[in-house]
Amino acid sequence: MEKPVYSVNSDPQVKSPGMNKTNLFFSRLIQQRTLAFMCLPFVIWAFVFKYLPIWGWTMAFQNYKPARSFSEQEWAGLKHFRILFEDSTFYRVLRNTLVMSTIQLILGFVTAITLALLLNELKNIIFKRVVQTVSYLPHFISWVVASSIVLTVLSPDGIINLLLTKLHLLDKPELWMGKGNYFWGILAGTQVWKDVGWNTIIYLAAITSIDPSQYEAAEIDGASRFQRMLNITLPGLKPVIIILLIMNLGNILESGFEPQYLLGNGMNLEYSENLDIFVLKYGLGMGSFSLGTAAGIFKTVVSFIFLFSANHIAKRMGESRLF
Amino acid sequence: MQASKTSRLRNSSPGDRVFDICNVIFMVCLMIVTMYPFVNMIAVSFNDANDAVRGGIYLWPRMWTLNNYKYIFGESDIYHATLISLLRTVTGTAVSVFCTAMLAFTVSRQEFVLRKFVTLFFVITMYFSGGLIPGYLLIRNLGLTDSFWVYIVPGVIGVFNMIIIRSFIEGLPEGILESARIDGAGEFTTFIRVVLPLTIPAMATVSLFVAVGQWNSWFDVFLYNSSNINLSTLQYELMKILQTTNTSATAGAVEAYQSAENAVRVTPTSLRATMTIIASVPILMVYPFLQRYFVQGMTVGGVKG
Repeated sequence: MEKPVYSVNSDPQVKSPGMNKTNLFFSRLIQQRTLAFMCLPFVIWAFVFKYLPIWGWTMAFQNYKPARSFSEQEWAGLKHFRILFEDSTFYRVLRNTLVMSTIQLILGFVTAITLALLLNELKNIIFKRVVQTVSYLPHFISWVVASSIVLTVLSPDGIINLLLTKLHLLDKPELWMGKGNYFWGILAGTQVWKDVGWNTIIYLAAITSIDPSQYEAAEIDGASRFQRMLNITLPGLKPVIIILLIMNLGNILESGFEPQYLLGNGMNLEYSENLDIFVLKYGLGMGSFSLGTAAGIFKTVVSFIFLFSANHIAKRMGESRLF
Repeated sequence: MQASKTSRLRNSSPGDRVFDICNVIFMVCLMIVTMYPFVNMIAVSFNDANDAVRGGIYLWPRMWTLNNYKYIFGESDIYHATLISLLRTVTGTAVSVFCTAMLAFTVSRQEFVLRKFVTLFFVITMYFSGGLIPGYLLIRNLGLTDSFWVYIVPGVIGVFNMIIIRSFIEGLPEGILESARIDGAGEFTTFIRVVLPLTIPAMATVSLFVAVGQWNSWFDVFLYNSSNINLSTLQYELMKILQTTNTSATAGAVEAYQSAENAVRVTPTSLRATMTIIASVPILMVYPFLQRYFVQGMTVGGVKG
């Protein structure tokens, strides 16, 4: 992999003894100027669109007013962080964020792994393909469409109410979207419905790389299908599971934005509002840019701590890790 | 695959057969749960609007009509929004895929001195971002609000997509690039004439991801262009209808639609179902044909990323 493809172009013999490292770097860069010019516009693009906004973090330490220039801004120290940590709304949205992303994390993993194991046991390849294609479908639709579907399915005359009343589990149709304490469950169900099929892709790919001789040996020992599933396939998935777990722990404060925003309404606000909606509402809606930015910084910093801790724990346990 | 191959070698026990049957039943249920909402939406969208208010439409329309679709395409705002959606999907995908592939080509070249720096420069942005408000202010300061370009420019490079294409290029036989060079082709020519045609499977995957993202997005419309109806997209129009329904201001909305000068009458329920179908059908028509590619792309990107 590390072998240069264009050995002629980058021949190390060009290096003469008197040439230091910097000169060598520049002489090679000049040789490779076409490549450099090909990626330069995008490096500038990334600088402007991805790195420049980080400069905007200074807003959190100022009483930011959009009309003023940077030197005219009034510095406020940690005032906005103090306001944030004294705000009970902040704790509520933090609780909602953590609960929703934890449910999503656990449920997402369990359902996707289970489905991957079961798909792997299907003998008819064509049937398996059809199930997979159908299960990818909801992943491709927008959250707007998914929310529209959820509202229809859960409406007073929707299919869920119909089934539950027909089965006498409910006396009269329930207003699912009108009660806050249903929201987390509805959201979790929707997220599983939307992405469980998609999330099996990576597990199914990992399953194909498990050594088939292990299954043969287990078969000779008289292990049943179910035992083989639990004792060979599942342990074979462990490295993938751990890597995905680390990546997802870094996103523990990313409970998603679109579904909560689209499915949230005045009646379930207590449970649906999360950090992103808080930032949008206070930061952009009410124009307190500084407070919104402070909440955004909090989110990024905590995510980083989670990502690094999870990675560190995996390293200590001798498991595969992200970096 | 291997597991099913080995299990076919032996005689299946009764327990195994019960397991197989339950498994198939479970999969059929899963497909029903996945498909039903779409079938239901299609049924409602082809049903007479006033009749649909009575409820009870599940799998098949009770009173067939095309009026809902006629109404929507007769409504100039929604028609225009559909055109904008198509335009941003086509332009955005073409621009992003070409640029991302070019960047991926440069960082796939092992001897490129800036390779490590450029790769890291982009990968960091996957984990780190300024956040909503600094991003919003940047777009505003750049004068991109209230313009079509806000749909294209901020999405020029997708880092995850770049990783997919890079891995694919790195997997190409080394001799191919070498022979292009011996034939006297420059880097850019090599990229256009040799690398692009060879990376079609990766490009198909990435195009699908970008196109789906472009077609589905509404938040950028909401943030930057909500005051300009000429730049609205289909998803955003659907989102607005959704918000009125969800906050149960339905009664007012019904009157508004029925008093419209258009002769065809629709209700929010039918309108929503019809727009939901229009907003999802284009994607659903495309993705099954690209399944082989995106499964491959996800596997490569998932492991490397």
